[in-house]
Amino acid sequence: MRWRVRVLVRLKEGLNDPEGRVIGNALRNLGYRVEELRVPKCFEFILESDNPEKDVEEMCRRLLANPLIHTWEYTIEEW
Amino acid sequence: MVKFAVVVFPGTNCDFETVEAIKRAGGKAERVWYKDSIKDYDGVVIPGGFSYADYLRAGAIAARQRIMEEIRELAEEGRPILGICNGFQILTEAGLLPGALRPNKIPRFLCKWVHLKVVDVRTPFTYLYEEGEVVRMPIAHAEGNYYIDDPSKVRIVFQYSDEKGSITEEANPNGSVLNIAGVANMEGNILGMMPHPERASHYFLGSEDGLKVFKGMVEWVRS
Repeated sequence: MRWRVRVLVRLKEGLNDPEGRVIGNALRNLGYRVEELRVPKCFEFILESDNPEKDVEEMCRRLLANPLIHTWEYTIEEW
Repeated sequence: MVKFAVVVFPGTNCDFETVEAIKRAGGKAERVWYKDSIKDYDGVVIPGGFSYADYLRAGAIAARQRIMEEIRELAEEGRPILGICNGFQILTEAGLLPGALRPNKIPRFLCKWVHLKVVDVRTPFTYLYEEGEVVRMPIAHAEGNYYIDDPSKVRIVFQYSDEKGSITEEANPNGSVLNIAGVANMEGNILGMMPHPERASHYFLGSEDGLKVFKGMVEWVRS
């Protein structure tokens, strides 16, 4: 089976996101009232797997995220 | 002759300097491409640079290469493993050292000389220093902000300090927890550090304070 996967990796709550802070400041300088901007990472791919939930969870844990500082969520749909 | 492997990944750029520093410390060192074997070496140094262009997270891709399994085996035999800057990032990503290196608190690349306090002198890399000694070495990194949820899981070896050895917030260049600049595993034979001792290993470079890291490592294997 082939699956369309989207993974979103976020820095854990409370951890400083310097890139987000800089982008947030830039938007505020443009006049927008932006608060708490953070920059998650998004990964999109096609996966061939008989057990996509298990594989994607494992991929997050082993490489896409660093479990010490990140949380992750994903969507999996048939492709 | 004590022989160290200086592991080179695509994007490594401090390998030649590190080889020179080890030679100056009295050891033998060879650059080893990450696809080759390091089984015959007495110890390993993972030098600085930008392995795999820092894609994903600094050190993340290098940490998943096969050579890291060999490094893990050498570490389990008790041989000294030193990760400098990107090497430190790779060691944490590989799980050989606890913690993670996050982007600097002020998000920019830092390249400057800093003072470090040597707080643990019971490792192969630091036993030639005095406890509490303050040394000068350069840093050059964008992701050197060390984070660990429970600092009792590591041995803190170097801390950013002022020139008198006080651990102050002003002396912390990147936002690291507890001003941590370098940590070792509980056994002490794996050290990761963000400052570059190889760039402080000859008076021509402005400091020789880093040379003892390599001298210690070489002498420790020899004895």
